[in-house]
Amino acid sequence: MLHIECPWCGFRDDAEFHYGGEAHITRPDPSKTLTDEKFSEYLFLKTNTKGLILERWCHRSGCRRWFNVLRNTITNEILEVYPVTETPSSKQGKETYDRNWRRISPSKKTPKTDEAK
Amino acid sequence: MSSQRFRLKEAGRLDRNAPLKFKFDGKIYEGFRGDTLSSALLANGVHLVGRSFKYHRPRGHLGVGAVEANALIQVGDGNSTEPNVRASQVEIYDGLVASSQNRWPSLLFDLGVVNDLLGGLIPAGFYYKTFMWPRKWWMKYEYFIRRAAGLGKAPTGRDPDRYEKMHAHCDVLIVGAGPAGLAAALAASKTGARVIIADDQQTFGGSLNTDTDCYINDKTTVDWGKDVVATLEGLPDVTMLPNTTVSGYYEQNYLTLLETTKPHFFKSTIQQTRQRLWKVRAKQVILATGMIERPLLFANNDRPGIMLSSAIREYINKYGVTPGQNPLIFTNNDDAYRTAITMRKNNINVAAIVDIRENPDSELFRQAQEMQIPIHVGSAVVTTKGYNRIKSATIIKLSSDGKTLTGERKVLECDCLAMSGGWNPAIHLFSQSGGRVKWNHELATFIPSEATQNVLAIGGCNGTADLAKSLKEGLQAGVSAARLSGNKGHPPAIPSVQEPKQSETRFVLPIPTQKNKLVDEKVFIDFQNDVTLADIQLASREGYNSVEHLKRYTTVGMGTDQGKTSNVNALMLLSQILDCEPEQVGYTTFRPPYAPTTIGAYAGRNIGNLFSPVRTTAINPWHKEAGARFEHVGQWMRAWYYPKANETMRQAVDREVKAARTNIGILDASTLGKIDIQGPDAAEFLNRVYTNAWLKLPPGTSRYGLMLKEDGMVMDDGVTTCIKENHYHMTTTTGGAASVLEWLEEWLQTEWPNLKVYLTSVTEQWAVAAICGPKSRELLKELCTDIDLSDKAFPFMGYREGTVAGIKARIFRISFTGELSFEINVPRSYGLSLWEKLLDIGKKYEICPYGTEAMHVLRAEKGFIIVGQETDGTVTPVDLGMDWIISKTKPDFIGKRALSRRDIIKADRKQLVGLLTNNATDILPEGSQIVEEVLPKPPMSMIGHVTSSYFSPNCGRPIAMALIKSGRDRMGQTVHIPLKNKSIAATITDVNFLDNVSK
Repeated sequence: MLHIECPWCGFRDDAEFHYGGEAHITRPDPSKTLTDEKFSEYLFLKTNTKGLILERWCHRSGCRRWFNVLRNTITNEILEVYPVTETPSSKQGKETYDRNWRRISPSKKTPKTDEAK
Repeated sequence: MSSQRFRLKEAGRLDRNAPLKFKFDGKIYEGFRGDTLSSALLANGVHLVGRSFKYHRPRGHLGVGAVEANALIQVGDGNSTEPNVRASQVEIYDGLVASSQNRWPSLLFDLGVVNDLLGGLIPAGFYYKTFMWPRKWWMKYEYFIRRAAGLGKAPTGRDPDRYEKMHAHCDVLIVGAGPAGLAAALAASKTGARVIIADDQQTFGGSLNTDTDCYINDKTTVDWGKDVVATLEGLPDVTMLPNTTVSGYYEQNYLTLLETTKPHFFKSTIQQTRQRLWKVRAKQVILATGMIERPLLFANNDRPGIMLSSAIREYINKYGVTPGQNPLIFTNNDDAYRTAITMRKNNINVAAIVDIRENPDSELFRQAQEMQIPIHVGSAVVTTKGYNRIKSATIIKLSSDGKTLTGERKVLECDCLAMSGGWNPAIHLFSQSGGRVKWNHELATFIPSEATQNVLAIGGCNGTADLAKSLKEGLQAGVSAARLSGNKGHPPAIPSVQEPKQSETRFVLPIPTQKNKLVDEKVFIDFQNDVTLADIQLASREGYNSVEHLKRYTTVGMGTDQGKTSNVNALMLLSQILDCEPEQVGYTTFRPPYAPTTIGAYAGRNIGNLFSPVRTTAINPWHKEAGARFEHVGQWMRAWYYPKANETMRQAVDREVKAARTNIGILDASTLGKIDIQGPDAAEFLNRVYTNAWLKLPPGTSRYGLMLKEDGMVMDDGVTTCIKENHYHMTTTTGGAASVLEWLEEWLQTEWPNLKVYLTSVTEQWAVAAICGPKSRELLKELCTDIDLSDKAFPFMGYREGTVAGIKARIFRISFTGELSFEINVPRSYGLSLWEKLLDIGKKYEICPYGTEAMHVLRAEKGFIIVGQETDGTVTPVDLGMDWIISKTKPDFIGKRALSRRDIIKADRKQLVGLLTNNATDILPEGSQIVEEVLPKPPMSMIGHVTSSYFSPNCGRPIAMALIKSGRDRMGQTVHIPLKNKSIAATITDVNFLDNVSK
């Protein structure tokens, strides 16, 4: 049972919270031209992070507020809690934010041969 | 009744004035209060207590407490019986009933023993290799294999006992109340820290109660322990939990503890809690779990009477019981000499000490010599004899490298064998906490290394064998943990300790076996799972060289025992076979629970009516009075139908459905989710979460809306009403209320934080009576005079506020049945009063209350969907034929982009259609699969399934809705629904049955 510090209510057991998946995923604007591939990437592809991850939590059975958390998926250590509209401020949080794969398209990260040409 | 022949005159911490009678395998025995089942059976000379898992070999007691691997028994009778309990952990009480397991027809004469004789034929992986052909027969084999290799029997009825849960917080949680744990508790509590100390034994003290040859501050260890316990008992912030096993160590120092109530309390006339599951959040955890002794690996090392040396010492010193009158000691270290000396001090003859070491030299060795105990150095027990109890052991001298046998055979008679193969720290909880372990060469075992949580391992758990060092570690850890959790203090003075010094251990693993033997003798590594040396060797030959593979292939370290006595031996063997260091072999991960935990404790009081909260509406008392049958919808209890005398469900529902279309029906719709939405951006917000247009909805009107997930699938539906500018009332499905609110909050807070919108759940605040049917306007007119109810002034999808039966009400002219309908909302506390008034005045219109079943039929007659019935998270609005609700002009709404994905616009998606059975008496079962062509047997290619199916009294025939591939292109086609014994043909139609099917 994780012990999560809600920015409004303090430390509570994770039974009071709802997990919201990876944070800082940019929602593509559907009114603009957007390929099926690009959109599916946003919709379906999730990272399976080993190590530090920035993720969203909601204090469902408390204040109902959403917030972001920097968590180590190996040890379950929570290193930072910050508002959902902001970016992390700790060193590790910033590094994790910069590493966020969604800021670089996976196709660019590992270019396919035909694209590389 | 047998007398307690093996009870010693004086030793032990028992209440000898309280004799108790208990039954084991039908025979009555006597013990004392404070005895465990193991100690009481040993006092009566009962060593044979079970049959082994695979080979059905006779087995006796091996250890004490949670370490016991053999003596698994069934305790209690009837539905409170508990299987696979360690006899060493059961405190006896008057009238206790226990029996042995895994034997047939009896413990002494077990037919399953044939497995032992055929042992060579069932090596590791035997079942995997043998029963794989023909593959589908596995189900048949499995039944018999499971029966043969079974353990105890689970009760079939409901557990009559009471279990509880307890939540607790503390500064320092100490696991284990041995010398180190008690010292830590003493030091931590003196600083004012809130301390919980738990121990799985009934008496605190751990090794203080067994290693009675030591002195602390010139007191006996037992007295020192008693003093500390008395001090702790006097402190207000110390919670002491005996009989409590810490079973799980989770994230952020969250631990679960299983407390077993003392049986004489539990069995008293007042109903008591049998077990209590503690959930503790600790700022700091101190693990003082001690060490577990290792068995030695020699042929036939599993006979009843062969026990761990430390266990024998504990039975003598703590329980006043000797497991034998002529014991043999077999050791590779000094500690077993303490057992021999303890026995001699209690006037028990010691047959001999067999020491693997060539030149042992220590205080203890010399003391044993002085007591004239025969000592065979550089020797080993190579095999044992005795079927139901050890009778003799064969010893031979070892070569200097320990790999071969050199001398002559000697046969030593004995009735008990104490073996000591070294010590393993009980690192289970440390490992569960995420801590790393490292190999220690001196102890030849794994000890805790880096921690990942706020935890300290001390004493035996840290690999510290000395009493003096353990106490020092305990005092220091206690203070440092207390300081880290915000308390202040200094460690108390370190006590002076007198204890025998011990010399080095010689590890010979395994003991070489005799050559030219007739029978292949088994060397057991894992007693509980019957894993032998040969199994480990075979597994390695077959390539299972990873410790995780070895575990799964041979089952070593599995089961309820989790390798407490076997793991380190097994991986040392593996490292020898692979010719590498044990740390290269690694260690399997420990997972909770440390010891078996009853399901009852996990369930606690959350059973029966307390399993889940039940929500009822304000009108519920009336439904009950009216004899309604209820159904659960989420947590809500909803009236299902209202049978009159002798009516079947079908008759009642038919009557209710007809009344709603001919006169007036009335439904308690209070459970619908209701969300109050306010703020300047409320309309824009609704426009983004619903698929249709919401910006121009005038006050006093309602609109139906569909919500999609971002993947374009239907998530929820409902009617939202503009109460006034910037103020809306949203309704959701009954089951979706909470998740829709959360979903809306998520988008507001995380994606559109710039929108000024405020959401409040008002589901519980409004009671809703929905009246429906051609005469509903007349009825409402009688109770509501301040609203013009005419169709022109109050049209369909209109909303008005006024007074109904003298109660301020919100009235929505919306309909889920297709009939003229008014949904009257009043504050919850007026709900019942409104309902009763409507029924009272409605009598002359033949008003008929209808339940959820009639509601379902009524909406299906019109082809209205129910989210969760017609949809399952894979259905788009287009699939439902609801293209009309999708705005083509809005730049964005949740799910918009997904609706144009290639996969979503495919023509062969399943689409919602109506189904009419060709034979008008057949009612299709909901969920049935639909095929184009019926084949003699499956597989058949399935094109869809039935989502809703009812008898429609207004259509006079059964109707059904279904999702069928390209359904809308198949109108008029016949499809088939194959059932178990027949097949039903049906025709695809439109879903609006009421208006299309001739009555």
